[in-house]
Amino acid sequence: MPFASIINILLALLLAPLLPGVINRVKAFFAGRRGQPLLQPYHDILKLLRKGAVYSRTTSWVFRAGPVLGLAAAMVSLTVLPLGGTPAVLAFPGDLLLFAYMLGLMRFVTMTAALDTGSAFEGMGASREAWFSMLAEPALLLGLAALAVHTGSFSLSGMLDGLALVEIGGPGAPLLLLVAVAFGIVLLTENARIPVDDPNTHLELTMIHEVMVLDHGGVDFGFIQYAACLKLWALAALLTGVLLPPLSGMRPADMALGVALILAVAVMVGVIESVMARLKLLRVPQLLVAASVLSVLALALVLR
Amino acid sequence: MTLFLAALAVMTAGGAACLLVGRRPAVSLLGASTCTLASAAALTAAVRGMASGRTEDLLLPWPIPFGSFHVGLDGLSAFFVLVIALICPLAAIYGVSYLKPQREKKNLGGTWFFFNLLTVSMLLVVTARDAVLFLMAWEVMALTSFFLVMFEGERAETVEAGWTYLIATHLGTAFLLAMFVLLSGSGASMDFTRLQAASPAAAGACFLLALVGFGTKAGFVPLHVWLPQAHPAAPSHVSAVMSGVMIKTGIYGLLRALTFLGPPQLWWGWTLVGIGAVSGILGVLLALAQHDLKRLLAYHSVENIGIITLGIGLGLVGITSGDPAMAALGMLGGILHVLNHAVFKGLLFLGAGSILHATGSRNIEQLGGLIRRMGTTGATFLIGSAAISGLPPLNGFVSEFLIYAGAFGSLAGRPGAGAAALPALIVILALAMIGGLAAACFAKAFGIAFLGEPRSAHAEGAHEAPIGMRLPMIVLAALCVGIGVLGALAVTAAAPAAAVLLPTVDVLSQVRRVQLWLGTVSAGAVLLLVLAAGLAALRRRLLSGRTIGRTVTWDCGYTAPTARMQYTASSFASPLLGSFRLILRPDSRVHAPQGMFPAEASLHTQVEDTFERYVFTPAFRRVRNLALRLHWLQAGPNQLYVLYVAMAILVLLVWKLR
Repeated sequence: MPFASIINILLALLLAPLLPGVINRVKAFFAGRRGQPLLQPYHDILKLLRKGAVYSRTTSWVFRAGPVLGLAAAMVSLTVLPLGGTPAVLAFPGDLLLFAYMLGLMRFVTMTAALDTGSAFEGMGASREAWFSMLAEPALLLGLAALAVHTGSFSLSGMLDGLALVEIGGPGAPLLLLVAVAFGIVLLTENARIPVDDPNTHLELTMIHEVMVLDHGGVDFGFIQYAACLKLWALAALLTGVLLPPLSGMRPADMALGVALILAVAVMVGVIESVMARLKLLRVPQLLVAASVLSVLALALVLR
Repeated sequence: MTLFLAALAVMTAGGAACLLVGRRPAVSLLGASTCTLASAAALTAAVRGMASGRTEDLLLPWPIPFGSFHVGLDGLSAFFVLVIALICPLAAIYGVSYLKPQREKKNLGGTWFFFNLLTVSMLLVVTARDAVLFLMAWEVMALTSFFLVMFEGERAETVEAGWTYLIATHLGTAFLLAMFVLLSGSGASMDFTRLQAASPAAAGACFLLALVGFGTKAGFVPLHVWLPQAHPAAPSHVSAVMSGVMIKTGIYGLLRALTFLGPPQLWWGWTLVGIGAVSGILGVLLALAQHDLKRLLAYHSVENIGIITLGIGLGLVGITSGDPAMAALGMLGGILHVLNHAVFKGLLFLGAGSILHATGSRNIEQLGGLIRRMGTTGATFLIGSAAISGLPPLNGFVSEFLIYAGAFGSLAGRPGAGAAALPALIVILALAMIGGLAAACFAKAFGIAFLGEPRSAHAEGAHEAPIGMRLPMIVLAALCVGIGVLGALAVTAAAPAAAVLLPTVDVLSQVRRVQLWLGTVSAGAVLLLVLAAGLAALRRRLLSGRTIGRTVTWDCGYTAPTARMQYTASSFASPLLGSFRLILRPDSRVHAPQGMFPAEASLHTQVEDTFERYVFTPAFRRVRNLALRLHWLQAGPNQLYVLYVAMAILVLLVWKLR
């Protein structure tokens, strides 16, 4: 395990809250506003950590365990992700499963914590989360399968490292583009962004992710916000890993490139949120099935 | 082997003694203690056999035509003995407290007799080395479990479930009988060592017979219809044994049959992968549609049998395509999932039993808020729920990881593989869908039953189960975590069994390879637990000394919510089921609100088992109509029957003298 792999994780832990800040600034730019400071999410999280708590009398320890386990799972998912050609701390064949299932664990504890409040809104949010993630899971795993066929490795580090060698415009390019679009849709779904979910909505009935954490506050909510940033970082790192341009071979420069690309994903998310509206709820499954179809198409390309 | 046979003898004797003791209160203790003691002995024998790597064999003469008392303990048998001897005693201990309320009403001697005999027969099924002995044990297993299902025989639905089970299991046995006859050829002996397929075509036919015969017991879709009826009808500790262990004898049978059939043919693996995918996905979808907790769990057994079959199928595909890693990983994953499913499904059924014991209801729509009334049951049920959803750091993830890794490994670096890559892709797609759906289903089952506010007076007055019922659940939950964290160790238990099935593959080197990966998975699991503990400590530290308020759940400012305003299990599952309505065809009766001031409105949705409704019910109706046509034969007068007997003898005489 190279020392740089630890820096990988430290970078993620430090810079992840920057992503929502970037998204908000991009959205403000499109709306012609000045927008909140870039570092606002840091301030938000720190402020939340300084607060007390209010719990519903309906809730039990499951409600309190949700944010803790969710954040721990998000952190573990970072340990299998490479960044800018630097392999992950835990790089082994099959680590992609640990990645996918850690995100699954995070989702599961969020859903149970939501159901613990006994609120119809939160139950609805949990149900929708389960529905969409069930449809997003095949897109992610089939896309990874396509990459495995292409690169000959089924470790995220080996897989994405192999991709850096694929020249742009080469025979692998269409495959990578298809997988990247599929992963992009998965990223938007898993992080509750437009067009799947609108993080700015103010009506409980229309929320998905936000409504599940309605009753959390203070430290717990700080954990949830931070875990959400880490999850966004993790999926952005996966997405940019697929689209990584040829590397210079110098580790600091490559890592900086990796971080820059992740920030670029945040910009892209901000642009998407600015230029399009949220999809009708019943249309979202079609989008997710389309993502799976893209992954299957990528597989067909590479297995042909 | 002596130890193992002694275990069988003790358990049988204990069961018989229970029958004699009858209604006295000590009967439960007697039954459970003999079962536990004997299981400990059987477990020791199995573990010793696995560790030594030797195959033990015992052949005793037996005055039965074609048969001999031949039992053996190789890696495959030892693994299944381990599973049986692990779950059955825990279920028995649980049963002591669980059956206590029934003591006045029922004769428990019979129940314990059948329970012990069921355990003995399962142990014999997985160690028999003679087809006649195997089929006898198989039949005893079917009958004892039938009588256990009929424990609450005063209820009409139990009786129907029991009969469905009895018919299904005997139809399955008929296929097995045909298979063994075909395999034994013209030989006078039905010893397993002599069974072999005469030709590749015969092997294929035998494979199909085994698939139907053993698949009925295991619950392959579409042969599963008896399972969700019979398992919930039995007392909960018996459901745990039937769903966790007994259906696995079907898997054992299929695996054992594969050792007779010679080198597997290409289509066998493909067929198993297909059956596994269909069983897995349909099982979990139908589970999602259930409100009856035990029925939901029973459908999840169909799903998990699907996962096991995916692993075995992948293993067979690996053999035929000459990919030792795929063969070993698929087989190891499938076999290890047998143990894992037994552990978490046993746990979940015991948890469902505790709920039933405490509230008298299995309908999750009537429950809610149980975690604050039944802390231990709730915590262990949550662990079981996460484990069955395949989430790390629990045991379900380890076996699913192995199967996934087999599939991914076979794909990696094979561009241009074409259609040959299809089984691995189906495995990945099916496991991904099953994972998402299972997590949704158990978020629903756990969330609606244990969380929120109680939805009925029964749930309101629930009480925690006695220690005798809690202890087995705690042990099983600890096993879920233990196997999950020490996956590299757990896989060694499956290795001898896989070695029996894969004589051409160097299983040991594959195990060593995968142990490195699983070791890293363990590192991730430990890291998760450490981080969670650290964050929990941080949270406590931050919150200490600050004001912690308590209030109602946020309901948009509405301050007087009732329990009926909570989200229900049906609503939770509705969008997911809607995505699959073409397969599930849910019935819904809507009474929509009408007019300016609607007085009442209602919505009722129900999902019936697609196969039961569109295949089996019409088929059996046709059989019954056919049978009714022959009704005139059985008119009633005794003279007529005497005439039939005489005619039969006459026909036989003519046939013989001809």
